[in-house]
Amino acid sequence: MKVGVVVFPGSNCDRDMFHVLTDVFKLDAQYFWHEKGLPKNIDAVILPGGFSYGDRLRAGVIAAHSPVIADVQKMAKKGIPILGVCNGFQILVESGLLPGVLLKNTSLNFMCEWTNLIVENNKTPFTSQFKLYQKIPIPIANGEGRYYVDDDSLKQLKKNNQIVFRYENVVNGSTDRIAGVCNEDGNVVGMMPHPERAVESEINPIDNKPSSLIFESLLSSMGVTH
Amino acid sequence: MATFSVHVTIENKPGISDPEGDTILNDLVLKGTHKNISKIKTAKMLKFTIQEKDKKTAEKKIQEICDELRIYNPMVSKVTIDVFE
Repeated sequence: MKVGVVVFPGSNCDRDMFHVLTDVFKLDAQYFWHEKGLPKNIDAVILPGGFSYGDRLRAGVIAAHSPVIADVQKMAKKGIPILGVCNGFQILVESGLLPGVLLKNTSLNFMCEWTNLIVENNKTPFTSQFKLYQKIPIPIANGEGRYYVDDDSLKQLKKNNQIVFRYENVVNGSTDRIAGVCNEDGNVVGMMPHPERAVESEINPIDNKPSSLIFESLLSSMGVTH
Repeated sequence: MATFSVHVTIENKPGISDPEGDTILNDLVLKGTHKNISKIKTAKMLKFTIQEKDKKTAEKKIQEICDELRIYNPMVSKVTIDVFE
């Protein structure tokens, strides 16, 4: 079982993600530079956080045209689990793999703080081990994290159960307090907060177990048992 | 072929909030003596230099580039294209 961590110029959470996958969850992970394709034997793909291309033009838009995204699109169609965290989420919306857009936070500030998420959909490969409406203490770190969809798209998201995470409180002005969404099939998930910064008790002052369930869910979806 | 300068202005569609514009208006301009200003919108401008046979073709080509490469996000933004010789 192999997880691909895609690296773009400006990614800066790729090593944290790799560490969590390999050292904490004992998964076989591999880095993939964005200019290369992904091999066929990849079982899950993670687009990590960071500032691909320095957020130039708009966060995620330049990376969304990288060669690797064509392969991510193909894998998404095949039902392979794909997770985008923070800048990875921005890349997924800019590449059209996920609906909506991420705008500057209403405060215009880069927000770096702990927040609480509520699990709104526990049927995805990254949330199957959660109870519905379970709370996750988790850090956010973004400047363009305000999720936006228009009213019609919001209705569609609700109808298709595509809202995966909501913030417990109003954090950054996101439509309907949305913090993470999935595609219609549920295998592509994007979220602004950083689970890779929250799964170890040494660096999580509140409770690291809920965030761990994101990776436990992935293990379960891949048929891996500890 | 002639050389054209093309200004592409990217701004939020009506109804999409522009907190930066609001802040400039409310916390800077309206705090001074300029009480007749009612709206400020921020925008991003890209200046292209392009070789094309005429002005109209240059505009069409730049519009295609903006659409194809998602220079603007059509969900929340619009572009205005101005061509200069």
